[in-house]
Amino acid sequence: MRIAVCIKQVPDTAEVKINRETGTLVREGVPSIINPYDTHAIEAALSIKEQLGGTVCAVTMGPPQAEASLREAISLGVDEAFLVTGREFAGADTLATACALSGVIKKIGADLIICGKQAIDGDTAQVGPEVAEFLDIPHVSYVKKIIEAGAASIKVERMMDEGSDIVEASLPALITVVRELNTPRLPSLKGKMNAKKAEIKKMGAAELELPVDVVGFNGSPTQVKKIFTPGPRGGRKKLEGSLEEQIDALVNELVEKKCL
Amino acid sequence: MPLKIDKTKCMGCGACITVCPYDAIVIEDGVARIGEYCQLCQACLSSCQEGAIMESKVDYASIPTEDLAAWSGVWVFAEQRGGKVAPVAFELLGEGRKLAAARGAGLCAVLFGAARSDAQELIKWGADKVYYCGDDIFREFTDEPNAELLSRLISMHKPEVVLAGATAIGRSFLPRVAARLKTGLTADCTSLEIEADTGNLIQTRPAYGGNIMASILSPRTRPQMATVRPKVMKAGRYEPDRQGEIIDVDAAGIRARTRVLETIKAADTGVNVNLQEADVIISGGRGLKGKEGFGMLNELAQLLNGTIGASRAAVDEGWIPYCHQVGQTGKTVCPKLYIACGISGAVQHLVGMQSSDVIVAINKNPEAPIFTAATYGIVGDLNEVIPLLVKKLRERKGAQ
Repeated sequence: MRIAVCIKQVPDTAEVKINRETGTLVREGVPSIINPYDTHAIEAALSIKEQLGGTVCAVTMGPPQAEASLREAISLGVDEAFLVTGREFAGADTLATACALSGVIKKIGADLIICGKQAIDGDTAQVGPEVAEFLDIPHVSYVKKIIEAGAASIKVERMMDEGSDIVEASLPALITVVRELNTPRLPSLKGKMNAKKAEIKKMGAAELELPVDVVGFNGSPTQVKKIFTPGPRGGRKKLEGSLEEQIDALVNELVEKKCL
Repeated sequence: MPLKIDKTKCMGCGACITVCPYDAIVIEDGVARIGEYCQLCQACLSSCQEGAIMESKVDYASIPTEDLAAWSGVWVFAEQRGGKVAPVAFELLGEGRKLAAARGAGLCAVLFGAARSDAQELIKWGADKVYYCGDDIFREFTDEPNAELLSRLISMHKPEVVLAGATAIGRSFLPRVAARLKTGLTADCTSLEIEADTGNLIQTRPAYGGNIMASILSPRTRPQMATVRPKVMKAGRYEPDRQGEIIDVDAAGIRARTRVLETIKAADTGVNVNLQEADVIISGGRGLKGKEGFGMLNELAQLLNGTIGASRAAVDEGWIPYCHQVGQTGKTVCPKLYIACGISGAVQHLVGMQSSDVIVAINKNPEAPIFTAATYGIVGDLNEVIPLLVKKLRERKGAQ
């Protein structure tokens, strides 16, 4: 089985702070990490490989420094890594990103593609299903359990809003995975050595045989008009006095508002 | 728009570098340069004291623009689960009606699966027309048939706007539709409006882990597609006598390469946390300092007949299962009373609970952003505040 894992290097958004006075993001000291959902995708691919044999390749799109995330994937046991990079990819939205990633997968081939459910910076959950559409293969989102992976099909449990479904998909297929699926492993010493030596294959639009108007900014139907920090909500009431007085006042207010 | 630096204005101070979430800016030869990692988030724009960062004009002549005028009307994909139309459909019809009015156009619903009588209900909730397909292939949810039939209908009838719930179903198959039609899709919108001069749909959503809001446009392609979280929009008026047209649609040639073998209801798994319908929610965050903290909240929840919620931080720490998570990547809730305990209030959390009727925030940091969202705020140590609150509520109960 040949498995491709799509990963993204993201700022650790849990560490992002906002400067309340200027309303801007404070990026200082925020580390770049592999999108946490993608670490579960890598783990899933490695454990399927351990069962069935085959190879696992990691694919990402980003600037040259995204290579670090691919080396980290190799340290975990991924066999090959591909970096889609070049100025032509700048400013890509989910559609243009999916177009580029599916371009790589068409080149390298895969029976199963695994993505994290969503990236923690964009939170759109769109790239995975869009890649599946570009490749014209089925997909299953929010996979929390891989029940059976075979040569021709995969059986999984997916999370839904109310409960879950057991779903079977014919291969090749794409799945997006949630955190409940597994616990990602740590890199081994040998893995770290491999990561240092490994060759990261870089690809631009020309190698992918993609016209430049379908990737990056030109291939992106959506555009950011503006960003802002949300304003405060109205109707605030200040509680006065000692802690006990404040809590008494709170209980009275809640009674008045018929919350109790 | 791509961003560029006016080299005559840039002082090379590096203020933009510290705000860039993507490390996309470097200083070269004493001036900033925006590199290819730029995601056009525009976080840097307001950081520049010199006004040296600008949006550069795009040469639209070089970009193929579809004949936008050929597209008109607002569509709502009415999702059904197990034959029952999801309430988010009625909310979208309420919102869709406003957008349709702003564009002077009609409002249609699309319903795959469920019964023909459900299509009639959608008319009573505000749809002028319903495209309905009752084919068996839609009984259980699979992505491809929904994507295929919706794409076909969109290509045929050319709606200007297509809305769907940002639910497990909507978030899973709408991207396929967008990819097939090569059009823009904005996930998890919290507000939608029509841009006055262009008629474009302004789609606003949280971004960067919910730390900021972004307004998104799809100015060059149609339809403009968006998913909207349940409970964010208000349902329209239900008019029992409202008349409309149901158009039957054929599912000929629709295939599915995935198959649902079994569905497991949440109740069967023993973790039925129905946050979305709870009247009282007591939520805990990083300030609880551990699993044990939730024990303290349980006591409060029992007294108030409430349900336990949590911030993403608490879930990420493994203190409580994901099904309790409130926020952009969890559930969107609007209870009568929401008590946030030790939650700092990242936008990611706020977007999931800010429409609650009454919000009480308890946090030891007086600067915590949660206080900007709260109706009542108490600055203090949870270990003092909550036991005292529990005691006072008990006394009140005892007195009754």
